[in-house]
Amino acid sequence: MKILVALKQVPGRDAALRPDSSGRWIQESDLSFEINEPDAYALEEGLQLKEQYGGEVVVLSAGPARAAQSIREALAKGADRAIHIEEENAAALDAMATARLLAAAAKPESPDLILTGLQSDDVGAGQTGVILAELLGLPHATIIMQVEKLDGRLRVKRELEEGWFQYIELPLPAVLTIQSGIKKLRYATLMGIKRAKTKEVKRLTAAELGVETAAALRIERLYAPPRAKRTEILGGSPKEAAAKLVEKLRFEARVL
Amino acid sequence: MSVLVVLEQQEGRWHRLSWEALAAGQEMGERLGAPVRAAVAGDGVEAPAAEAARYQLESVWAVDHPLLARYTADGYTAGFEQLIRRLQPQIVLFPHTYQTRDFAPKLAARLGSALASDVVRWSVADGRLVLVRQVFQGKLNADVTFACPPPHFVSLQAGAFRADKAAPGEARVERFRPELDASMIRAQPGERFRESQRAVDLSSAEIIVAVGRGIKEKDNLPLVEKLAEALGAELGASRPICDSGWLPMERQIGSSGQTVAPKLYVAVGISGAIQHLVGMKGSRTIVAINKDQEAPIFEVADYGIVGDLFEVVPALVEEIRKAKG
Ligand SMILES: Cc1cc2nc3c(=O)[nH]c(=O)nc-3n(C[C@H](O)[C@H](O)[C@H](O)COP(=O)(O)OP(=O)(O)OC[C@H]3O[C@@H](n4cnc5c(N)ncnc54)[C@H](O)[C@@H]3O)c2cc1C
Ligand SMILES: Nc1ncnc2c1ncn2[C@@H]1O[C@H](COP(=O)(O)O)[C@@H](O)[C@H]1O
Repeated sequence: MKILVALKQVPGRDAALRPDSSGRWIQESDLSFEINEPDAYALEEGLQLKEQYGGEVVVLSAGPARAAQSIREALAKGADRAIHIEEENAAALDAMATARLLAAAAKPESPDLILTGLQSDDVGAGQTGVILAELLGLPHATIIMQVEKLDGRLRVKRELEEGWFQYIELPLPAVLTIQSGIKKLRYATLMGIKRAKTKEVKRLTAAELGVETAAALRIERLYAPPRAKRTEILGGSPKEAAAKLVEKLRFEARVL
Repeated sequence: MSVLVVLEQQEGRWHRLSWEALAAGQEMGERLGAPVRAAVAGDGVEAPAAEAARYQLESVWAVDHPLLARYTADGYTAGFEQLIRRLQPQIVLFPHTYQTRDFAPKLAARLGSALASDVVRWSVADGRLVLVRQVFQGKLNADVTFACPPPHFVSLQAGAFRADKAAPGEARVERFRPELDASMIRAQPGERFRESQRAVDLSSAEIIVAVGRGIKEKDNLPLVEKLAEALGAELGASRPICDSGWLPMERQIGSSGQTVAPKLYVAVGISGAIQHLVGMKGSRTIVAINKDQEAPIFEVADYGIVGDLFEVVPALVEEIRKAKG
């Protein structure tokens, strides 16, 4: 089975974020970046499917030069090779433009299965995988918690709201958007890290792919969200803050 | 120019977010001076359509076909594509449900347009629609606009618009039978099911202490267990805690877990992603303990302590014990 995994590099979770001078994106200079969380799970699922059924795992990522580091990490974990669509202005890509880039790079690969994360932790459109399926004319299923390969088909467990689930069968090739937590993540081994250095990373540009990347949805402005409700912040040492809180809970909120 | 609101029902049961989208659609229609229509898909949806027709709308469209009996992305995309080509709305609104996530991006792409997903507010500036979305896990907001021709697709975040503002009225019901063929539908959906009988029902708990990834390791859980014990509380958790198997799934709070509204909710090391907030923001009093003063959880908290939970929680346990004598 040839499996493509779409992987996005996003700012680390504990990063402090500030809008940049354009006001349309964040200051990236001092940030650390990591693999988008559900994409790490998509990769894990891809690697386990390969271990079970044989084949190849190819990482597909559109992003600036910094994304190379996350691509290496995926290769170190066991992906066989990668395609890096270099796009310095990745911030300006919307889900549609991203999906067009990924589709153009994926098509000549004729994969059996494409795995994406269900949502990116930065723009959080939750759309790229679904649009990718539409552009490639493939069936898809979203928010997947389990993947089982049957004869030429897949049986997947789709998460629904409030603790409900559903099994879906769909023909291959297909696109799945993977939910975090589907499997336990592996770490890269020393050996894996060494091997990653020799694995192929094909670099492509939008122009080479013949893809127009103008966004259909434009970010006009980024800003700190207005506070809807005033939180009373209780200061002081941990002990002082704790004492104040107990006081408030007893006499103001009357819940103790 | 018109607005179309896509409502969601399954086997005759409404998704409650449908009414939030409907209310938002009415307001948008008023602001833009555009008629507002609603649509609902399924097999034999006259009854739900008639129910929706009790709201102030120009019309309600029952997108009816045996192949729409059970939701599939292929069936719904084809059905709504045909309806939208017929009605030519400028704006198409959805509640941001899992089902919308599953097919609305496909529908928008098929119609050569785009979807602004999970929108929390909207306004009109210079005759253009400006949508507010949360980005970076709720740490920042973004104003977004469409740079493509209509129809413009928008899905609305749970709880961002008020269902009780939906204006009653009387609308005409139109039946729309899309041309669908079984070969168009590639996926075979199974029955919906629930994993297990829930041993704990958090929805009846008076006090909940919920723990998030700030706890770092499973071995640190006794820290919050002590807090729960001191408060006489049930223990809840954010999703990553349950994903890691540190606590059972049935203790997960949020859109894919339980919805709770206790008297007191103490969020420890939880950032406050929207999928968590929808499950707990109805709580009467909310306390947040987080080392990041900009964590979105502070947006819904009544009281906050900005600090290291490994210092704050033990101090809190001690103070509570003291107070309780
Ligand atoms: C379709 C979908 C469904 C989802 N359903 C759910 C759901 O039902 N429930 C749910 O919870 N999530 C759900 N999520 C996941 C959600 O988006 C968030 O990823 C998740 O809630 C984050 O959990 P967290 O707050 O524990 O972790 P993080 O976001 O990593 O936050 C950890 C927090 O701990 C703080 N912290 C770290 N160290 C310390 C310390 N020493 N002291 C104090 N504070 C500290 C950090 O500042 C941070 O704010 C869903 C996501 C999707 C896409
Ligand atoms: N620039 C990108 N490169 C590779 N994959 C991406 C990119 N952007 C989004 N994706 C994939 O699409 C998923 C959903 O992203 P989004 O639609 O932005 O929420 C992510 O989890 C990734 O798997």
